[in-house]
Amino acid sequence: MDWSTLLDPFATINLPLADWANDGMRWLTSNYRSVFQAIKAIVKLALDLVEDGLRNAPQTLLLISFSAFAWQVVNRATAILVFCALSTIGIIGAWDPAMTSLAVLVTAVSISTLVGLPLGILCSRVNWVWSIVRPVLDFMQTIPSFTYLVPVILLFGIGNVPGVIVTAFFATPPLVRLTNLGLREVRADLVEAADAFGTSPMKRLWSIELPLARPVIMAGINQTVMLSLAMSVIASMISVAGLGRLVLVGISQLDLARASVGGLGIVLLAIVFDRITQGFGFTRRDRGNLGLWEQGPIGWLRATFKPQGQFNSKSNQGGHNECF
Amino acid sequence: MNDRSPEASSIECRNLWKIFGQRADEVLAAARDGKVSKDEALKKFGCVIGVADASFSVRRGEIFCIMGLSGSGKSTILRHVNRLIEPTAGSVHVGGQDVMSLSKRQLRALRARKIGMVFQHMALWPHKTISGNVAFGLEVQGVEKKACREAAEEALEKVGLRGWGHRYPDELSGGMQQRVGLARALAADPDILLMDEPFSALDPLIRRDLQDEFLTLSENARKTTLFITHDLDEAMRVGHRIAVMKDGRIDQIGSPEAIVLHPETDYVARFVGSISTLKYISASEIASAGEVAVDAPGIGPDATLPVLIRQLANGTDHLAVKDGDRLIGRIGRPEILAAVERDLERR
Ligand SMILES: Nc1ncnc2c1ncn2[C@@H]1O[C@H](COP(=O)(O)OP(=O)(O)OP(=O)(O)O)[C@@H](O)[C@H]1O
Ligand SMILES: [Mg+2]
Repeated sequence: MDWSTLLDPFATINLPLADWANDGMRWLTSNYRSVFQAIKAIVKLALDLVEDGLRNAPQTLLLISFSAFAWQVVNRATAILVFCALSTIGIIGAWDPAMTSLAVLVTAVSISTLVGLPLGILCSRVNWVWSIVRPVLDFMQTIPSFTYLVPVILLFGIGNVPGVIVTAFFATPPLVRLTNLGLREVRADLVEAADAFGTSPMKRLWSIELPLARPVIMAGINQTVMLSLAMSVIASMISVAGLGRLVLVGISQLDLARASVGGLGIVLLAIVFDRITQGFGFTRRDRGNLGLWEQGPIGWLRATFKPQGQFNSKSNQGGHNECF
Repeated sequence: MNDRSPEASSIECRNLWKIFGQRADEVLAAARDGKVSKDEALKKFGCVIGVADASFSVRRGEIFCIMGLSGSGKSTILRHVNRLIEPTAGSVHVGGQDVMSLSKRQLRALRARKIGMVFQHMALWPHKTISGNVAFGLEVQGVEKKACREAAEEALEKVGLRGWGHRYPDELSGGMQQRVGLARALAADPDILLMDEPFSALDPLIRRDLQDEFLTLSENARKTTLFITHDLDEAMRVGHRIAVMKDGRIDQIGSPEAIVLHPETDYVARFVGSISTLKYISASEIASAGEVAVDAPGIGPDATLPVLIRQLANGTDHLAVKDGDRLIGRIGRPEILAAVERDLERR
């Protein structure tokens, strides 16, 4: 018996984890290539659509549309903020990379929402699904974001499309978590009241539970947006274009000018995104009992061009025509 | 199912048991033989006996009160009627239908069309306007929006909240919220109302007003009502019949008079001890077998104390209590005073 083995056991015991990871990855790429190719193709389709739109449209048009959109879903102050932020991005010469980043971001956040929201709802309904998903989310949220890059390169290659995938992957967990949490925390007596009136499960989800869980779910979407932005620099390491790349090049060449342009651009985009997604969280009540289309530019147009008396503003209390 | 049949909207519970906890079956078996009490069930099995062997039936158009202290199982019984919770044993029939035999879809239809519920803690949906809350039951039934709104406005009018429809629940006072709860239950015009301590969160004056309003409403609409309260006065005022509960058991069922005048258990006696019997005393109960003058004015056996006093106040010496032609006895000032004395001693 060699005593030194007992005192220093890890020198001889060695789990071949690295080999297993390699084998697993090889098995995935050889057996499921078509699946990954299909995912990639779909994401590429969506990304191209958004990116072409953003890059080919005239700058003035985009500037005005974004501001009008912000006015519509939030308010005029936010519209001004959005206008200033986007103008600054243009003035510091980061317009094109910013539009690329925006395209990646919009696509990634859309995918996260499309996957995360239904998954979160499912987790809140079915306990065994949650008991499986929960450790997976824990795992996804604790491993460092760089670690995602390697398997994504192996499965999807490099470029903008894998960038969207890695970003969506990184940004989805909080949405699943918070959707599940929000729905589980809805007051039980309010759900019971809905049951007592004979609601179907779908109707109950749609008109009682989701609206009541809305603040928590919106916090989840906000988290998703912020994480996607945070991922943009890291994703640029797998050759994703955009503002992140400016920062990365700035770091590697110690080029302070480029790094700060990229950095400022990301911050400004974050502000714009944050404000607009907050607007989506507003309820009818927050808007002073106006529907989404009764405020902002569209509301203004409707009020101006509709014949008198058809459009009730909030000043008409007794007979308000929208109660639900 | 014929809606016109006498039991069409009555509620009937037979030997209902509800035991909360993992080992409900064991507790049920032991409790049925009378081997465990509520406290023992909790200590030995970690189970709570919510309802124990409750049987009662509510007639069509009747207001049936369930009364008992906190934790006696009133809300639990109520939730069985529309099967918000499943009984451990026993049966529940609503309008002649066994609710346990209904499919999910049938159960939803029953809840939506036949039963309106008012909750102990109101449970208004904070994200919906008052109209939205009130109209929800109809919305669920697929009634079109305009009709929903009109029905909501009508129900709000009934409870005196006209024009408040576009507000939100937290803009209303507690009493107004209770009314909204009532309007929400009434909006779909159900045959049966389940009311879980609807007025207990209110101060006494408003509570009285609401009780009166409710009585007027239900008089007009003749709805079968299961009304829960822990307040004896309230039960006396609104109930046609009252069930008194203790630790999940129903101790006694009877009319308000019967409960006050003839309590069957010590618990019920203690419960009603604080209440004056004078209001419920009838002529036949205090009449004495003394001599009756030929010219003494006659009075029916059900005459109440105020009526008797009024009759005697104008100088009449005594009254002859008669059931038709049969003479029951006499009531003069001594009999009245004796009744008052008995009531004072009782307390
Ligand atoms: N979901 C539940 N799980 C476990 N025990 C419960 C549950 N609901 C009620 N109980 C128990 O059942 C018993 C009866 O409760 P219930 O709510 O019916 O009382 P109550 O008569 O309505 O009282 P209150 O006047 O305070 O509303 C209580 O001891 C309570 O602890
Ligand atoms: Mg209760």
